[in-house]
Amino acid sequence: MSLIGRAMGRYKGAVALCVFIKLLATFSELLLPYILEHIIDGVAPMGSLPLALFWGAVMFAAALVCRQLNVWANRRGVQNAHNVSYDVRQALFQKTVNLSGEQFDAFGLPSLISRMTSDSYNVQSAVQQLQTLCVRAPMLLVGGTVMALIMDPSLAMILVALLPVLILVVLAVYLRGLPMYRQVQGRLDEVVRIMRENITGIRVVKALSKTEHEKRRFAQANDAMTDSDIAAGTVMAVPSPLMQLCLNGGLALVVFTGAGRVNAGALEPGVILAFLTYFNMINMGLMGLSRIFMTMSRAAASAGRIGQVLQAEESQRVLPPQEAKSPAGPGFLRFEHVDFSYGEGSADAADFAGEAREKALSDVSFTLDRGESLGIIGPTGCGKSTIINLLLRFYDADGGGVFVDGRDVRAYEKDELRRKFGVCFQSGMVFQDTLRANVDFGRELEEAALRSAVEDAQAAEYIDALEDGLDHRADIKGANLSGGQKQRLLVARALAGKPEVLILDDSSSALDYRTDASLRRAITRNYREAALILVAQRVSSVMGMTRILVLDNGKCVGCGTHEELLETCAPYRETYQLQMGDTFS
Amino acid sequence: MPGPGDRGGKKERPRDAKGTLRRIVQYLTAYRWQVALFLVCACLSNVGNLLGPRFAGKAIGLAEKGYQLGPGHVDMDAVARYALLMLACYGVGSVMNFLVNIGMMRVGRRVARKLRQDVFDKLMALPVGFFDRHQAGDIISRVSYDVDVVCTSLSTDVIHILTSTVTVAGSFVMMCVISPPLVLCMAATIPASILFTRHMGKRTRPLYAKRSAAYGEMNGFAEEMFTGQRTILAYAQEGRVCGDFSRVNRAAAEAYREADGLGMTTGPTVGMISNFGLAAIGTGGAVLYMLGVVGLEQISSFVLYSRKFSGPINEISNIINEIFSALAASERVFRLLDQPEEVKDVYGAVERRDGSGHVKAEGVSFGYVPGRTVLHHLDFEAKPGQTIAIVGPTGAGKTTIINLLMRFYDPDQGCIYVDGTENRAYTMDSLRRGYAMVLQDTWVFRGTIFDNIAYGKEGATMDEVVRAAKAARIHGYIMRLPQGYHTVIGEDGGSISKGQKQLLTIARAMLYDTDMLILDEATSNVDTATERQVQKAIRSLMAGKTCFVIAHRLSTIQNADHILVVEHGDVVEQGTHRSLMEQKGAYYQMYASQFG
Repeated sequence: MSLIGRAMGRYKGAVALCVFIKLLATFSELLLPYILEHIIDGVAPMGSLPLALFWGAVMFAAALVCRQLNVWANRRGVQNAHNVSYDVRQALFQKTVNLSGEQFDAFGLPSLISRMTSDSYNVQSAVQQLQTLCVRAPMLLVGGTVMALIMDPSLAMILVALLPVLILVVLAVYLRGLPMYRQVQGRLDEVVRIMRENITGIRVVKALSKTEHEKRRFAQANDAMTDSDIAAGTVMAVPSPLMQLCLNGGLALVVFTGAGRVNAGALEPGVILAFLTYFNMINMGLMGLSRIFMTMSRAAASAGRIGQVLQAEESQRVLPPQEAKSPAGPGFLRFEHVDFSYGEGSADAADFAGEAREKALSDVSFTLDRGESLGIIGPTGCGKSTIINLLLRFYDADGGGVFVDGRDVRAYEKDELRRKFGVCFQSGMVFQDTLRANVDFGRELEEAALRSAVEDAQAAEYIDALEDGLDHRADIKGANLSGGQKQRLLVARALAGKPEVLILDDSSSALDYRTDASLRRAITRNYREAALILVAQRVSSVMGMTRILVLDNGKCVGCGTHEELLETCAPYRETYQLQMGDTFS
Repeated sequence: MPGPGDRGGKKERPRDAKGTLRRIVQYLTAYRWQVALFLVCACLSNVGNLLGPRFAGKAIGLAEKGYQLGPGHVDMDAVARYALLMLACYGVGSVMNFLVNIGMMRVGRRVARKLRQDVFDKLMALPVGFFDRHQAGDIISRVSYDVDVVCTSLSTDVIHILTSTVTVAGSFVMMCVISPPLVLCMAATIPASILFTRHMGKRTRPLYAKRSAAYGEMNGFAEEMFTGQRTILAYAQEGRVCGDFSRVNRAAAEAYREADGLGMTTGPTVGMISNFGLAAIGTGGAVLYMLGVVGLEQISSFVLYSRKFSGPINEISNIINEIFSALAASERVFRLLDQPEEVKDVYGAVERRDGSGHVKAEGVSFGYVPGRTVLHHLDFEAKPGQTIAIVGPTGAGKTTIINLLMRFYDPDQGCIYVDGTENRAYTMDSLRRGYAMVLQDTWVFRGTIFDNIAYGKEGATMDEVVRAAKAARIHGYIMRLPQGYHTVIGEDGGSISKGQKQLLTIARAMLYDTDMLILDEATSNVDTATERQVQKAIRSLMAGKTCFVIAHRLSTIQNADHILVVEHGDVVEQGTHRSLMEQKGAYYQMYASQFG
C-alpha cells in the first residue's frame, strides 16, 4: 500500500482536487433527500403550489449539479489513475529490465510478467477507486452519524453503540479474508500450472498412460482451490447481511424507543422518519467501506508484489577503484581462480544423496588477448555458459577475480563493460521486429556495417532470398524462422557492432558443417582485432582456436591448443575421436 | 492467460444463447433442489425487506397519531408489536439473504469446479494433434478466465435477476396501491435511463475494445522484453527498450483514460435521471397532498418503494451484458468440450501383457486431414529386439509413424499388429505402457528432480532414481543444484537447460521396463561428450527391445536392421543400409549430400 501512497504523492494536487470535487458531489448528493424531505414535510403541508414547484426545480437543479460534479470527479480520478499507473508500470519495467541475473532467477520470468500485467492493473483500479469510493463511504458514514446526533443525541446513541461493532466486523472480515484470498490465488496458480504442464507434455503423459494419474492430480488441485475459494467466499459473505441485520435491528429499536419518547412528549414523530433516512445513509456508507476493503485487499497484495521488485536492492554495486581487485598479470580477458555457485544451497545432506554440493565453477583460470581466440568445450551443464555470465557480470563470482582490459569487472559502469562485448547466447532472443532492427538492435549502425555482419554470419543467403530482405518482419521469438536462420541472425547481431570481445555461445549447433566452417573463416578473417570466445559442442568448431578450455563438472580439466590437448587431455581426445564422422543430419 | 486487457471489451454475444443456456442448466440440475430452495429463500428475503419499511411506517403512523392527541396517547403495545414484526421481517430478510448468497456462491464454485475438471478430462481424451493446433495460453484461458466468468455470473446474476423481479414487481404493486398518479410521475425516468445506458454502451464499446488492444500490446511487449532481458543487457539497450516501453505504456494509459473517462459518466447520469424521478415524485406528491389525494406518510413510503423499484431497473442493462458475456464464455468452454476425442478402446479390448515386441504394419494408409493421405500403403516388420531407423529431412513426417505406433492416431486403412494381434484389440493404456519413449521435445513438470525421474514408475526408490540418473549421466549436474535431488524444477525453470532436461527424460526412460522403445535421436541439445556417454546408456536401454529410432547418427542407421526413408510425409523407400545404397534412390542421395 505504501507503494500506492508514494506513487500518488507525485500528484498530490490533482488527487486533492479530485477528492475535493468528490466531496462537493457527495455533499450535493446528500442534499437531495434533504430537499425531498423538505418538500414533503415542510412545503406540502403549507399548501403553496408555487413553493412546491420552486423546491421541485431546486431539486432538479441540484441533481444536475450533482451529476456534473460526479462526472468531473470521476474523470479526474481516471486521469490521476492514468498518470499513476503509467509511472508505476514504467518504474517496474525499468527495474525489471535492469535486474541482475540472480534477482531475475529469484523472481522467475512468469512471475515478473504477471507483476507487470495483472498486478499493475489492480493497482490502477485501486488508485481510481481510492479517490472516489473512499470519499463517499466515510462521508455517508460520518454525515449520517452527525446528522442523527444533531437531530436527537439520545436516540442516536443506539447508532453510536452499533457503529464500532460494525466497523470491527468489517475489519475482522478483511483481516481474515485477505490471507484467504491470497491462498485462493496461489491455488488457482497451481491449477493453471498443472493444466499448462499437461498441455505441453501431453505426448509423454499419454505415452506413459498417466492420464488417470494426471486427472487425479488436477482434481486434487481443483478441489483444494474450490474449497479455499468457498471458504473465502463464505467469510466475505458475512459482513453485508450482518450489517443489515444490526442496522435494521437498531432501527426497530429506534422506532420503539422513539415512539416511547413521543408518547412522553419528548420527541416529534418526524424525527423517527428522518432516522430512517440516516440509517439508510449509514448502511450505504458501511457497504461502501466493506467494498473499499475488498478492493484494497486485492490491491495491497498486488502493490506488495510490485514493491518487492522495485525494492530489490541493487545487488551489484559498481566498486570504486580502491575496493576493486587488480589482476595478477597481463591479459585482455582474465579469469583468476574463479569460484561460483548459483543461488543459495540447502544444508540438507539428504538432498544430495549423502554427498556434498558441487560448485558451478571451481578454480577456473585463463587469459585471452586481443586477436586471440578461446574455445570452451565440455559436457552439458559443465559451466560453459557460466563463464560468459560472469564475464558480462550477470552474476558476481563468489571467489577469485574476473578482469576485462586490466580492470575488475565490478569496477565498470554496467553499460561501459557490456559495450565491449558482442554476444550471441545459446538461447538468444529474436524480437518481433524487422530483421534489420534485430541485427541493429538500437545501436544505429551504418548500413554497410549491417550488411557485412549479415554476410559474415552467413545469413545473407537466406535474407536475400526473402522478398523484402532485411525489412522482413520476424514473428514473436522468431517463430517464422528456422533454428539455423535464427542462429545466424543472432550471430549477425553480435558481429555488427565490431565488438572488442566476441562471444558465441553454442551459436552454430543448428548449422551444417559447411556453413559453420564458413562462419568461422569469416570471423577469423574480418574480426582479427577482437578477442573471440567460442563455446561449442563440436571439437571441429574449436580446434582452430588459440586456446581451448576443457570443462567438466565446473572444473577445468585441460587448457591448451588442439595439439597439446590431444596429447595431454584424455577426455578431449576421446571426444575428438568419437566425433569424427558420426553425425547424419 | 487473459491479460487485464480482456476485461473491457467483453461485451460479445453468444452464437447460440439458447443451447448454451440449456447446457448450463444441465450443470445446475445436480443442485436443482438447492437452487429451488435458494430461490424460495431469495423471495422470502425480499418479501421481508419489502415488508420491513411498511411496519416501520405503521409504527411511525401510530406515534404520529398519538402525538397529535398529546403525550401518553401512543399505543405502545401496538408499536412494540410493529417493532417486533419489523425486526422479524428484517431478521428473516438478512438471514435468508446470507443463506442465498452463500448457497449460490457454493453452487457457482462447484459448477466451476465441475467445468474445470470436465475441461481437463476432455484435454486428456483429445488427440495429441489438437495441442499442435491450439495455443496453450488459449486453452488455459478457458479454465482460468471463462470458467470464472460463468461461475461469477451463476453465483450472482441468476439470483439477482430472479430476486430483482420479485422486488420490482412487489415495489410496483405497492406503489400502485399507494398512489397510481405518483407512479406516472416517475414513469418517464425508467425508459430514459435504460435508453441512456444502452446508448453509452454503444459509445464506450469501441473505446473499451481499443483499450483491450492497447493493454494486449503492452503486455506482449513487456513479456517479449522480459524474456529477452539478458540479450538487452548484453547489448546495453536497457535505456532504449525503456523508451520504447514508455510509448506503448503511454498508449495503454491514454486508451484507458479515454474509455474509462467516458464510461465513468454513465453512473452519475443514471443517478441524475433517477434523482429527477425523485424530484418529480416530491413535487407531484406535494401537489397531490394539497389536493387531498395522498397523505404524507404515503408519500414517504412511496419514495422508499420507488428507490427499491428503480435500483434493479437501472442495473438491468449491465446485468444483461454480464449474462451475455457469461454465455459467450461458457459457449467457448462447451466448444472445447465438444471437440472430437481420441480413438477409444474397442469393445472387448484386452490388456497387453508380457509381449515380445513384434511389430508389423500391413497396408497402412493415413492422413491427418480427411482426403489428404500422407502415408500410402506402408508395410514393414520389426522382429523382437530389432532396430528400425526412420530417416528423412526435418518436417518430412517421421513422427507420423510414431503417432500411429503409439496410437495417438489410428490408420485410415490397413493395420498395425503387435505380437501378432491388431493393436486396436489392446487397451490403449496397456499398449502404450509397452513403449518407452525418449522424445526431442523434452518435458518436465513442476516438482522435484526425483519426482520427474520417477514419473514413469510409481513407488521408485531413491536408489533406483540415482542409478537411472547416473546411467543418464545427469547425476553430477543434479549434485550441483541447490537442493540436489529435491530441487524443485519447473517447465519455465531458468536453472535447467534444454540439454539437461533431455538427460532427465532419458533418466526417466531408464526407469521403466518395456519391450519396445521409441527414441528421437536428438543431437542438438546434448553435447557430444555427454552424448557419447548417453549413447552407452541408451545402447543398454535398447538391448532386448524393439526400437524405433528417429535417427540422425550414421552409426545408428548403419547398424539398424531396417531403415524407413521418409519424404514429404510418405515412406518412399525401405530396406537395410546396404540394399538402399544399392538402389541409388532417395536414401543414396541423402547419404551422398551429407557425407559425400
